[in-house]
Amino acid sequence: MVDSEVKHITGYPVYGKVLIVLLVLTILTIVIPSLNLTAATVLIALLLASTKAGIVMTYFMHLKMENLLLRILVIMVLGIYASVILLTFADYVFR
Amino acid sequence: MNQISIPRDDEGAKLGMWIFIFTEILLFGGLFLVYAVMRQRNPDDFHHASQQLNTFIGALNTVVLLASSMSIAMSISAVQKKDKRMATILISITLLCAVIFLVNKYFEWGHKISISLYPGTDLMKELSHGYVLFFSLYFFMTGLHMLHLVVGAVILIVALVKVRMGLINEGSYMLLENGALYWHLVDLIWIFLFPLLYLVT
Repeated sequence: MVDSEVKHITGYPVYGKVLIVLLVLTILTIVIPSLNLTAATVLIALLLASTKAGIVMTYFMHLKMENLLLRILVIMVLGIYASVILLTFADYVFR
Repeated sequence: MNQISIPRDDEGAKLGMWIFIFTEILLFGGLFLVYAVMRQRNPDDFHHASQQLNTFIGALNTVVLLASSMSIAMSISAVQKKDKRMATILISITLLCAVIFLVNKYFEWGHKISISLYPGTDLMKELSHGYVLFFSLYFFMTGLHMLHLVVGAVILIVALVKVRMGLINEGSYMLLENGALYWHLVDLIWIFLFPLLYLVT
């Protein structure tokens, strides 16, 4: 593929808005553990971090505009990692 | 023009970078898994040890890295728009953020080291096993992350020079794009490191 084809150029305001969303999520990440929700704290922290990571990959890393192959590869790698976590904890819990 | 030109494969270069990023995700993923298991086995020690970390510096570094990620993403748009001046400014902002991050880390680590909170000291030998584990993981994970940040900054310095020389332009900017992908990886890792090490107590 020749790269000189016309490509979609993401405008600066889009990135600015993405940063604002990420900063709001960061504030939530900092505030929520101080509310002492005990058991749910770790889960919420991981969910917030995953959301932020998803936004960074989608917009900053341009996965939104990437081809299907790359998106499938990303999902596969995350799936492999998720199953490693699952197997490890299954091992520790049922040992 | 009878010269045979070597075809450039930007898609291939990008795919290669992503595959490298996958290996990095699994490398840090392994460390996060060690952290998760050790934390589950020593919940109280990890709770108290993580309270020793400075949340303010951690939060500041999060904001710095997020902002740098935005500016490097914008710099690609600037190159695509043939705006060399803007691209230079944006890459420079990213590099400035890298320096701020490292200065913060210097003070953070410096404080820990000055009060002997690092593996191998006499103080550590008296503390319980979970403490030692937490600080070993803390120094190793943030240290490895910092190493990645330095490597990313070096790649971006090369990209900056090439933008100035006109070697990276609207027709060819793969080095900048792959450098930016690497920089976002550094940001991604910190997104998970910050809450897990500093906040979840």
